[in-house]
Amino acid sequence: MRKWTRAGDAVVGRFDRQEAAVVRGLVSQIQDMLLARAEEAPQDELAQLTGIRTGPSTPPDDPILGRLLPDFHRLDPDAPDPAEVDSANALRSLHEPDLLDAKTAAAAVVLETCPADGGEVRLASAQAEAWLAALNDVRLALGTALDVQEDMPDELPPDDPRSPHLGVYHWLTWVQETLVEAVMD
Amino acid sequence: MTTPVEHERTQVDPSPVDVRTEDRPWQTLVWNDPVNLMSYVTYVFQKLFGYSRDHATKLMLDVHHKGKAIVSSGSKDKVEADVAKLHAAGLWATMQRSS
Repeated sequence: MRKWTRAGDAVVGRFDRQEAAVVRGLVSQIQDMLLARAEEAPQDELAQLTGIRTGPSTPPDDPILGRLLPDFHRLDPDAPDPAEVDSANALRSLHEPDLLDAKTAAAAVVLETCPADGGEVRLASAQAEAWLAALNDVRLALGTALDVQEDMPDELPPDDPRSPHLGVYHWLTWVQETLVEAVMD
Repeated sequence: MTTPVEHERTQVDPSPVDVRTEDRPWQTLVWNDPVNLMSYVTYVFQKLFGYSRDHATKLMLDVHHKGKAIVSSGSKDKVEADVAKLHAAGLWATMQRSS
């Protein structure tokens, strides 16, 4: 992978086969998690009739999904205000279907534009925006799973079970950072 | 030389005006988290809100150093839509009534 560069209206990157497999594999996993969450949405005849979709009103139990699909209010984890909980649940139910659509669509753009065998990736502006969002979701997921902190070292002790995954996280950080730079260039 | 004429003033009620809760505007907050890149957060503020590079950078630094920043405010509908867009971008955003 060379860093992304701007070429006219497009940004261009290049991934080798292994790098493309990592990106595609992780983006697919996030997409699968989000699609599974979408399946949990209550199905009812009224929603089908009106076309107004409602999502689940409670946050996901899984911490990774919880980070990707945050509450609309900052709730006190120990003593949440019941009125705020009700409001957060109602807002989740209203907005989560669209949020899931946006995130799975961003993942789909990456899977469409990143060749499975590696090679050049040339992105128009809207596609680059989708890549940024999808890469960010993967980093949020990995960051949650690895319990990444602000002052995370570049490497963990070799006996730390998170050690091999942290390298992937740092690499994805670099891919996203250079993509932001190329887009804002 | 002259001195300003002393106008007779109506006594203003010193008690605070009771602003009804429903009249207070809503605020969009973005919270610091250890994953989101400073450059990406700045990019998102510019892209979603049309803020200048300088203003977006200032808000990003507030999030980074103070733990949070108010990035927009207005009606409940507007702020709700802003939070939804920030969630789509992967930022940790919430909404609250201004106090």
